[in-house]
Amino acid sequence: MLMLTTLLFILPFLVLYTILGIYAERKISAFIQDRLGPMEVGYYGLAQTVADLLKLIQKEDIIPTVADKPLFKVAPIVIFVAVFTGFSVLPLSSTWMGAGIATGVFFLLAIIALDVIGIIMAGWSSNNKFSMLGTMRSAAQIISYEVPLGLSILCVCMVCESLDLQKISYQQGIYSPETQYFLSIEALGIDVTAIGGFLSWNIFRMPLLFFAWVIFFIASLAECNRAPFDLPEAESELVAGFHTEYSGFRFAIIMLGEYAMMLLVSILGVILFFGSWNSLLPNIGAIRLATWTSGEPGTTASTLWGIFWLMSKSLFFVATQIWIRWTYPRLRVDQLMNVSWKYLTPFALGLIILCGFWKLIF
Amino acid sequence: MRLVWVLSLTAMDPRQQYLSDFGEILLFMIAGVLFVVVALLTSRLIRPDRPNAEKLATYESGEEPISVAWTQFNIRFYIIALIFLLFEVEIIFLFPWSTIFANQELIEQTNGAWGWFAFVEMVIFILVLALGLAYAWVNGHLDWIKPEPKPTEYKSPVPREVYNQLNERYRK
Repeated sequence: MLMLTTLLFILPFLVLYTILGIYAERKISAFIQDRLGPMEVGYYGLAQTVADLLKLIQKEDIIPTVADKPLFKVAPIVIFVAVFTGFSVLPLSSTWMGAGIATGVFFLLAIIALDVIGIIMAGWSSNNKFSMLGTMRSAAQIISYEVPLGLSILCVCMVCESLDLQKISYQQGIYSPETQYFLSIEALGIDVTAIGGFLSWNIFRMPLLFFAWVIFFIASLAECNRAPFDLPEAESELVAGFHTEYSGFRFAIIMLGEYAMMLLVSILGVILFFGSWNSLLPNIGAIRLATWTSGEPGTTASTLWGIFWLMSKSLFFVATQIWIRWTYPRLRVDQLMNVSWKYLTPFALGLIILCGFWKLIF
Repeated sequence: MRLVWVLSLTAMDPRQQYLSDFGEILLFMIAGVLFVVVALLTSRLIRPDRPNAEKLATYESGEEPISVAWTQFNIRFYIIALIFLLFEVEIIFLFPWSTIFANQELIEQTNGAWGWFAFVEMVIFILVLALGLAYAWVNGHLDWIKPEPKPTEYKSPVPREVYNQLNERYRK
């Protein structure tokens, strides 16, 4: 069977998602602030982002005379490509997966971390005081939250005994190769392998992973530089942070990178904690909802169901990120560091020890 | 032909399969770079190019920028980076361990000793690093500068009660 690369799906989906994601962001913010949001271009302003893109592509390219030109030009490419490469290892369904490397989780963490280099390049090369402040904040923030992010992902790897994203996905559904017990306690003797649905997702399979997910979600917000962790680009104090000097299509690329990052961490969260491409609905006796909504692995139906479940769950978390952005005020810089080093990191270390105990006792 | 080889990941040899998996990652990188470069080139073809000195000046909210922005910055950033490095190296060591410490086969071969031995060893490792975090914490390396808001010195001629009354009236 000819297996095509997932690139054919990811790239068009990413562009479409960004166009609609920016529209959704503006509409949701408008709804939260009791406004209408974009209404003029197209039906209910649907074509607003396309119009914005058309405008941006025609804008004059402005690079400040004092800037470091080569770095300035390369930075948006680094930011986008670092995030985009992360998509290469994601499994989209039970058979259609990206690069099947055995250390997918590890690779993903490494490639997400490269994003910060692009941000430092962009801010440093701009030779602008706002950019410089934004960059230093951004770097400190991203590396601080990298630690709890890595530790919370480690909890999942301990429970699943694997670094392979596809293996982790298989464990969370009706096609699990091993028998899955309710809350992963074998002594209870409740076999949930055949039931599937949300009961076999990692957060239900292993209740401690719910707390790991809370840490993961907070840290992933900080990794994306999203509010309430948007200090690097705090509009009211730093103009636009590290991309103050960027305009035209270079700015659009940075924006695309930011939205791609939101989607990437959402997909990663879904794969690790919320059942990956597995169905939400469980099998209840003769009503085999999980089987009906998954399809036999290898068939077209299973590929379509897999993409549907993975993407709908991920887009739900993207929507949650947008909702949080327009609900919470920005943190102060000392609070930001406190949350990461004094709360999330010690809690994550404790969770690892608890997960180890749970795994060995039951 | 080469494109078909890259696109169809159906190599028979497992080693070749593994290589082509990394080939796919490379494909994503190339596609990402191409996507951005093509978009920027398209932009270059249709955008105007009329630079002048004011346009190319550094943006500083309308002020004339004084000196460059490449100056020294707070030493705290380096300390945070050092602590980060410490923990990141720890995480690198923890990941391979996480896949093997509760391995059912190894536990059965050693009558359950393997799991607890591997676990206790790693707990000691984690505690040593937690000690490092505690050290940095106690010495105040994790404390960022906390802004202290100062109340304004301005004495308003309008008494405080008038404001409170107004607030009460509109609180509904």
